[in-house]
Amino acid sequence: MSGVPSLSDLNLAATLPVSFLALYACLLMIVDLFVPRTRKHITAGLTMLGLGIALVLALLPLAGAARFGDGERAFGGMYIADSFSDGVNVIVLITALLGVMVAYNYLDRIQRQRGEYYSLLLFTTLGVMMMGAAGDLVVVFVALELLSIPLYILSGFRRPQEASEESALKYFILGAFASGFLVYGIALIYGATGVTDFEGIWAAVEEIVAEDASSKYLLLVGAGLLLVGLGFKVAAVPFHMWTPDVYQGAPTSVVAYMSVAAKVGGFAALVRVLGSGMVNFALDGGLVAAWQDTVWLIAALTMILGNFVAIVQSDLKRLLAYSSIAHAGYMLIGVAAAGSAPVADEAARAVIMYLMAYAFTNVGAFAVVIAVERDDASNTGLESMRGLAVKQPLLAASMAIFMFSLTGIPLTAGFIGKWFVFKAAIAADLIPVAVVGVLTSLISAFYYLRIVWYMYFESGESEAHVPVPLAWAISIAAVGTLLLGIFPYLLSDMTHKITLAFGP
Amino acid sequence: MVPLWMYLVVAAALFSTGLFGVLARRNAIAILMSIELMLNAVNINLVAFWRYNTPLDLSGQAFAVFVFVVAAAEVAVGLALIISIYRKRQSVIAEDVNMLKW
Repeated sequence: MSGVPSLSDLNLAATLPVSFLALYACLLMIVDLFVPRTRKHITAGLTMLGLGIALVLALLPLAGAARFGDGERAFGGMYIADSFSDGVNVIVLITALLGVMVAYNYLDRIQRQRGEYYSLLLFTTLGVMMMGAAGDLVVVFVALELLSIPLYILSGFRRPQEASEESALKYFILGAFASGFLVYGIALIYGATGVTDFEGIWAAVEEIVAEDASSKYLLLVGAGLLLVGLGFKVAAVPFHMWTPDVYQGAPTSVVAYMSVAAKVGGFAALVRVLGSGMVNFALDGGLVAAWQDTVWLIAALTMILGNFVAIVQSDLKRLLAYSSIAHAGYMLIGVAAAGSAPVADEAARAVIMYLMAYAFTNVGAFAVVIAVERDDASNTGLESMRGLAVKQPLLAASMAIFMFSLTGIPLTAGFIGKWFVFKAAIAADLIPVAVVGVLTSLISAFYYLRIVWYMYFESGESEAHVPVPLAWAISIAAVGTLLLGIFPYLLSDMTHKITLAFGP
Repeated sequence: MVPLWMYLVVAAALFSTGLFGVLARRNAIAILMSIELMLNAVNINLVAFWRYNTPLDLSGQAFAVFVFVVAAAEVAVGLALIISIYRKRQSVIAEDVNMLKW
């Protein structure tokens, strides 16, 4: 169509946080070759430095202090640098910083202190950031793979331990299977609309709906397959089977990071594709998108199954895996609410707020599991929490904060996240799903508060030990959880500029 | 000229073959090959849609290139994981890999 674009047309500056981190990650991989085996703290430190600089670069536009580049669109609309992508960047960079802190000592303990860990972690982070900024289905697909492939390797990082290898293989096979569905869905959407960029899709959908063209069926199947592919990534029922196995088998430091990062990426893509590209896909002439019913049904099933199966778990990592399935359900309520065009922006904001709250809380909870875990990956049962309050009062207090936040008790971040998601659902006239959400939160109190009970009211010999970087990570996560809960305007200020809509 | 729907039928059949393979085969290598079949079905779709619907806009063709580059990267990681498991257990049968269960 057009000639070769010149470098200045690309608006490279708008992608500054991502392009900086991409260069940094490649350089780090080379630099790490010259760092001797015994001094990998240098690599870890350099990783933190890179993530820190990228975080500052992502926070500047969000705080309104600086705006890089010329407008939001870069690379001819492939990359969109708006408030939504800034929000995603901040969440995933904070998660990655905490992820490095929890990993450093853990890798020493399991004798897998290798530089590749940090490079792979940076590449995954990049994948999530690109996912949040995607303006085109090609970018969604490439970013999804950039996010997933390093995670497959990280899950198997503890080889030759069998559980770790097994979790990596399971994650890989199901992940590759899911991306097959995703990309088949994308191909059908391309067939129905003739374009792959979201703005073009939005315009084509407008036309298809107006003319009631037969390509709407192709689009419907495409959207469905895309939902299957991304549903696998965010662990929504019925595509959740891999989650408990992978979370239990993979090294805990990896799980702490990926339980949040993979969800951030998946939900960013869902909001971008469904909430912005296909929000006007209303077959019955109303304002409600055709995919909304499916999404809220999946959300309700995910919340119910996740919370009920979590009750019977006796292993902390499996329990938190089912809890993360349940939380995917709460976030899916937000995605479903984005299907009502007037509420789409509010719903996108709610999802970002929920993810921010979830990032601090969930990384913190897994960090506490790392503290009690033995070097041979045992002692992650619920009974390992017994007597923690006597031996490590601060650690137990932090874990209590995380559990309260996951339940959604007021004055914690989790409550604020749930509040905004339910509010968006009610605004979108999805009251039954919001009711299911509130009721399942009550059920979840049973298994979250049981952990608190074990820590404070049962006696036992806790063997928890908290080295320095891990202690920092847990305190940052705990402070973050409380701060966002007590000052909710921190979150609503961060997200109030998010608008996704194309057209009038 | 061959009509578009014929290409789509071939692609759908290939995708279903791959799907069946992933669900039914026991050998991890065969599962990996079936996943490749699914991705190749996507490529047929993309190129057919490009040729018939938007022959002037190259995005469908470019997408197909992205798909097979990514597929190659995925296979590299997948085979490495399978080799690593084979060294430990002398088996690539997916059913033997069953330590983690609920």
